[in-house]
Amino acid sequence: MRARPAEYELAAPGTLSAVLSLLAQEPGEWLPIAGGTDVMVQYSAGRLPSRKLVSIWNLPELRRIETIGGKICIGAGCTYADLCDHDIVRREFSLLASAARWTGGVANQNRGTIGGNIVNASPAGDSLPALMVYDADLILVSAKGRRSASYSDFHTGYRKTRLAPDELVESISLDRRFSGYYAHARKVGARHAQAISKVCFAALGQLADGVVDDVRLAMGSVAPVPLRLSETERLVKGHRIEPELMRLASRTAAAEIRPIDDIRSTARYRAAVAGNLVAEFLERLSVRGRTI
Amino acid sequence: MIEPPQSHTKCEISFQVNGKLVAVRAYPMERLLDVLREELGLTGTKEGCGEGECGSCSVLMDGVLVNSCLVPALQAKGVNITTVEGLAEDERLHALQQAFLDCGGAQCGICTPGMILAALHLLGKKPQPTMEDIREGLSGNLCRCTGYAQIIEAVAEVGRRGIAG
Amino acid sequence: MNTNRIVGKSMPRLEGRGKVTGQALYVDDIVLPGMLFGATVRSRIPRGRITKITFGPGVDWNEFVIVSAKDIPGKNCIALIDDDEPCLADGKVNHPEEPILLLAHPDRRLLPQAVEAVSVEYEPLPAIFSIEESEQHSQIIWGADNVFKSYLIEKGDLDAVWERADYVVEGEYATGAQEQLYIENNGMIAAFDPQQGLTVWGSMQCPYYVHKSLVKLFNLPAERVRVVQTETGGAFGGKEDYPSMIAGHAALLAMKSGRPVKIVYDRMEDMAATTKRHPSRTRHRTAVSKEGKILGGEIEFAIDGGAYETLSPVVLSRGAIHAGGAYSWPSIRIRAKAVATNTPPQGAFRGFGAPQSLFALERHMDRIAQVIQLSPAEIRRRNFIKPGETTTTGQTVTEAIDLGKLLDRAMEISDYSAKKERFAKENRNSTRKKGIGLASFLHGAGFTGSGERFLSSVVGVEGCAEGSVRILVSSTEFGQGTNTVLCQIVAEALKVRYEDVSIARPDTQEVPNSGPTVASRTVMVVGKLVQSAALGIQQTLEASGLLGAIYSPEEFRAAVRAYVAKNGKLQALARYEQPEDIVWDEQKYRGSAYAAFAWAVYVAEVAVDLTSYSVSVDDFVALQEVGRVLNPVLAKGQIIGGIAQGIGFALYEKVIWQEGRMQNGQMTNYIIPTSADLAPIRVYFEELGNVHGAFGAKGIGELPMDGPAPAIINAVEDALGVPFRSIPLLPEDIFDAVANERERERFSPVAGDRR
Repeated sequence: MRARPAEYELAAPGTLSAVLSLLAQEPGEWLPIAGGTDVMVQYSAGRLPSRKLVSIWNLPELRRIETIGGKICIGAGCTYADLCDHDIVRREFSLLASAARWTGGVANQNRGTIGGNIVNASPAGDSLPALMVYDADLILVSAKGRRSASYSDFHTGYRKTRLAPDELVESISLDRRFSGYYAHARKVGARHAQAISKVCFAALGQLADGVVDDVRLAMGSVAPVPLRLSETERLVKGHRIEPELMRLASRTAAAEIRPIDDIRSTARYRAAVAGNLVAEFLERLSVRGRTI
Repeated sequence: MIEPPQSHTKCEISFQVNGKLVAVRAYPMERLLDVLREELGLTGTKEGCGEGECGSCSVLMDGVLVNSCLVPALQAKGVNITTVEGLAEDERLHALQQAFLDCGGAQCGICTPGMILAALHLLGKKPQPTMEDIREGLSGNLCRCTGYAQIIEAVAEVGRRGIAG
Repeated sequence: MNTNRIVGKSMPRLEGRGKVTGQALYVDDIVLPGMLFGATVRSRIPRGRITKITFGPGVDWNEFVIVSAKDIPGKNCIALIDDDEPCLADGKVNHPEEPILLLAHPDRRLLPQAVEAVSVEYEPLPAIFSIEESEQHSQIIWGADNVFKSYLIEKGDLDAVWERADYVVEGEYATGAQEQLYIENNGMIAAFDPQQGLTVWGSMQCPYYVHKSLVKLFNLPAERVRVVQTETGGAFGGKEDYPSMIAGHAALLAMKSGRPVKIVYDRMEDMAATTKRHPSRTRHRTAVSKEGKILGGEIEFAIDGGAYETLSPVVLSRGAIHAGGAYSWPSIRIRAKAVATNTPPQGAFRGFGAPQSLFALERHMDRIAQVIQLSPAEIRRRNFIKPGETTTTGQTVTEAIDLGKLLDRAMEISDYSAKKERFAKENRNSTRKKGIGLASFLHGAGFTGSGERFLSSVVGVEGCAEGSVRILVSSTEFGQGTNTVLCQIVAEALKVRYEDVSIARPDTQEVPNSGPTVASRTVMVVGKLVQSAALGIQQTLEASGLLGAIYSPEEFRAAVRAYVAKNGKLQALARYEQPEDIVWDEQKYRGSAYAAFAWAVYVAEVAVDLTSYSVSVDDFVALQEVGRVLNPVLAKGQIIGGIAQGIGFALYEKVIWQEGRMQNGQMTNYIIPTSADLAPIRVYFEELGNVHGAFGAKGIGELPMDGPAPAIINAVEDALGVPFRSIPLLPEDIFDAVANERERERFSPVAGDRR
């Protein structure tokens, strides 16, 4: 433990509006901390630059899941365990439920939050590719009010987002229109549990008369931001899934991403695995995708 | 010009530990792990890594398994904590503790408190877990001595006997 | 058939209750009044001279106790085999993380920043980081030639065999560093009293090693240094010698401050600064006949010892002696060396050189099999050592071990042949390639050669006032079952109840030196001595007339009570005596290297997922002959735990080095298997007995570390047809090999292996 607790302030105003007031008064001064599974690791290593933190853990306004009309609204303060346990998330947004079960171990799933995963903005965030393919919208909130932002371009660079210094992510809004899709997710890490992903993949697909009607592919840990594989999607849409298409899609995916060598893995490995995962998905889609 | 770091003051934080109400004076950003071990003298909860990977610091917070090395003390305000010290009733061991003894689930013992709490949490959600459930439920608790086999046996045994047995 | 009441049964772990209730006290659970906390300022460069040390602003240095090399009263060294490792750097550093200064303060939380605030300036010197660089002598960093130690083991007339060999098979194999990763980090508490002397308490394997090094460091008489082991959360060799260093540090701070001092490392410091398994490189050149018989071979075995000698000569010795494995070598030449690099000194880790040389050998046997076109099982079968034959050091195998039968049994249990055939067929149409591989090996228990005689271990057994019996040994418990099994031995020997026997905490003030808790010697060697000493007590009681030839446990207790009441003390000691049939020539490195060998055949079934290039071990069969199983649950636990570490050694655990410093010193990035990663491991025992071990037991602690890695990599080659020669084997390595066709080797005898 390399930090000195005496040097840190942690405020816990207890309501969302009180937290937002604090952020509005001193924008950029207070670091929000929810479950702490990222912040506390940096803190313990003596590598947390912020000395002022504000707790947003367990705020009822942020930790709830509601269905309104044709949408589901997931509070940013929901833990991974909250997501895994929710009936509709499990049934209709299985990519998110899978990612939640693969993040850390049980103890970290009980504290880590989906909002934290988003705002922390690590490209290795396991839930992020799922949010991309589900076309998530984020509801951002500040003392000034709410705004909506599409998740698709929320990440602007490595660990950078469009979140303003006085804002929090309040909730994630998803359209409930993906039940008919074939859903496939896979995380490749150094071991089966408690692993930071080397490649993290979420995919949805739909066939019509044997032809790909819609396909949505997103990947983490292969670029500075979680990436939607738009070129690969364009390549595949409107075609039958055949070995040659799968090979081409593999190569396109491998070329579309920007992986690096780091302490966990190599760029060339990530590229190869990315291509393999896309091919694997297409193969399964061709076998198990339902025709509309 | 770098400002010298401020020294803030401790605050009073009260919560329940193993059914007893406690009040400590601690910095809000002290780790719950250190509050338990140093303020309250409950050294059964261990530090193995300080990064939430090994699970030796696992406790139950309102019945839910968490890594106490990652919980700021202030966030424990008003909660109900269960540590390994809260499992046995006087001389009578908890079924999990007995099973760990019977099956060889503890070798050096340093991961054991966290492992038992993880098992307790799992059995609360799945009273008759499959082997797969057990492997997954304990996957956030690292053990270097046992290779997990006899730990899994112990948990499976309690699943069979029932947790009250 | 087990006719014993206690030995051979799964008696409950003696100290188990404390462990499952959280009441067991590990060093960081202990607080002494007035205690300070200590921390270490360490080198940031691999090699150089210290030119300046500045104590930076923002810290009130008056509140700190500061210790440097100048504060050392005795010799500035961690005494082990030689005295080359400094306790604190004095003007120069030879590896990253080398300790330079010590700080202490009452507030634990102030130390990390204080350590950061000490700035050390250096004049860097060129540094070397690998066996190859060390051999090239571009820099001489130790002795005259960077070589800590070398051995030459020769048998038969090797030079004559090359001519008549039908095949000469060569191969080079490598293993990486491996971190012991005990879940309890290193820690010590020290207290210094000008009259009483020095006391240290902490996490350790060898109290008397710590004692010896403190005596030298402080120039104190032996009776004024006291070392006590606290409950130890895992060790695996990683706490064999390093505790002497951290104890020395805590003691220096305690002496200077006049207060007790606790030093406990956090995970990052422990991983970066303390010992690991020696990286190795082994080169084989083997002469083989077309009938598949080994005629002879040359083995070059090199290990990287880091910056100081520490235990390297002994690791080298064991690795060299095991390099020929479980086979009959009519002739052999083993050249072994331990070399210096500018990395933190390496140390003991379960297996201690044997996992390294046996990995190479067992991979090489599969290579020979391919060249000659025999199966991996058959090449081994034709070369297994048999009773009456001699090992590479000329030790005659006297026990009735039948390795061919052991192999048969392992293959049957694992369904080896059927699976091998089935996998070969199924792999053609699958992206999940399956393979099965085996390893056959041995592990010598106890200290090598004259080692046990040199240790001259002493144990005691005493009667207590209330009638129970207490064991006095310096052998430590750290999960492997020392306490339990030694008490079982005494209870059985004395025909009393398991509950009537206890064991003293290893405290050098209370117990004799039964030797270090290493080398798989505790049950076998110390256990046998403890059995003797127990019988000594029995004889004393009989001779005194207080006990008949036949008695009940209650009568025994009464006799003890009576004797102690009358005479004040009831104690028997036993000292090790080398059996006459164990003769060793230290100069020629020939003779009986070990009192007993345990034998094993392991079979690994793997699947390689070609989507992610990851290997999973789907089934693992571990069959071993261990003399006698004294406690089935504990024995099984040892085997499975060792295999899990072996799986990590093969597939997961990579130390990433940069300029001599470990970069991935966190549990997030140094990967060991979780419960979700290990398939069930199936364990089977055979028992041939052992005249040199308590109740026929052989040492088993390290045996399970030797087999998994080669069995697994043999299986991966079976699955993919690619010959991997170094571990750890990560998915990235598999990808690189599979992707690059040019790196695939062909094994037809035409391609250069045939003479």
